[in-house]
Amino acid sequence: MEVERQKLRDAAAPEQPRSPEELRVRQLRARELLRGELEGRDLEAHVEERVLTTTLEKALNWARSNAMWPATFGLACCAIEMMSMVSSRYDSARYGAEVFRASPRQADMLILSGRVSIKMAPVIRRIYDQMLEPKWVLAMGACSSSGGMFANYAVVQGADKFLPVDIHIPGCPPRPEALLHGVLKLQRMIQGRPDLGWRQRYNAIGTEEWARTPPAGSLTPPTGGEPAAGFPGATGEQES
Amino acid sequence: MPDAPGLELIAQELNGSFEGAVLGTYYEHEQGALVVNPERVLDVLGWLRDTPGQEYRFLASLHGADYLPGEPRFGVHYELLCMPRVERLRVKAALADPGGDELPEIDSCTELFPTADFHEREVYDFFGISFRGHPDLRRILMPEDYVGWPQRRDFPIGGDPVLFTHNEVELPRWYE
Repeated sequence: MEVERQKLRDAAAPEQPRSPEELRVRQLRARELLRGELEGRDLEAHVEERVLTTTLEKALNWARSNAMWPATFGLACCAIEMMSMVSSRYDSARYGAEVFRASPRQADMLILSGRVSIKMAPVIRRIYDQMLEPKWVLAMGACSSSGGMFANYAVVQGADKFLPVDIHIPGCPPRPEALLHGVLKLQRMIQGRPDLGWRQRYNAIGTEEWARTPPAGSLTPPTGGEPAAGFPGATGEQES
Repeated sequence: MPDAPGLELIAQELNGSFEGAVLGTYYEHEQGALVVNPERVLDVLGWLRDTPGQEYRFLASLHGADYLPGEPRFGVHYELLCMPRVERLRVKAALADPGGDELPEIDSCTELFPTADFHEREVYDFFGISFRGHPDLRRILMPEDYVGWPQRRDFPIGGDPVLFTHNEVELPRWYE
């Protein structure tokens, strides 16, 4: 993956023209290409120099991963760290995750920043359902990942009991750096295996909003089928 | 805070007005408490609120308690405050567990102290103590469809065993 990104970067930043004459040559060549007059070796050279090929999915996922809009949604003390993640000191704008949207309809990342009480769980589930696909969930901190210190009657023991969680971030609370690390992990996840959304990992293909027949059934994945594959890269699959 | 003799005086006056209302007094750590008969708790609270010279007009708090395995099992505590003299007085009512699915009952003091409305709902929510005459007795903090009285001592604490590397072996193939 690293190697490939390096390649892309090289390809995306071609040499700058060294002189006005060279720039003029390139401009003429581009004009000829557009007119369909460029042929043979010149055409090939131009394509090599100027055009980057990729798949639509990869481009899409690259764009998605670099513009994740979290929902403005704080649950507990972790929310303070979540807020400082967007502050000037940590600046999640560097990774395109700084636009906290006030409406779940405009957000595609849900950060569960704190303990989830059983009274809050239906609300969170509803917010999650209102978000548009593709969407991702980060369980921030020990409480939303496993219940944490709140091993009691009032708190859901891990948000993945009612939500598909993509990334669990340990810590109590995690520092903003840890949260950013989680965001970066999520970016890698999105870019690395375009097909591996949570529906694949949780064997939930066919439960998309547009594919649902009567109201969505239980949250438990259907039995059978191939087991969830885990993190991208864990299987050692190579991307071309 | 009335001192220990003052507390006894209050208890005597109360027992003079309401036969058998006060069962005992506590005076510890400069805090006084009246232990009252739960059937007469409204009489006691009303007397403490309205009698000149007492004037405990503010109910600072009302809370429940579970003394399991003690008998009687439940308690409802009223924390009264006299604003002009800044004196506090605690009134305790002990309730026996009726057993089975029945809830222990005590009179609601929302008529005397409107603030008791939410306090009594909270006690009902967590201890399952029913308040007779409460205008709207339903759960206040837990979800409406919650089953059980979670702050009772015989209620399971809850929580799941958390998976660590040291107990992973006890749950083979947990990931499936």
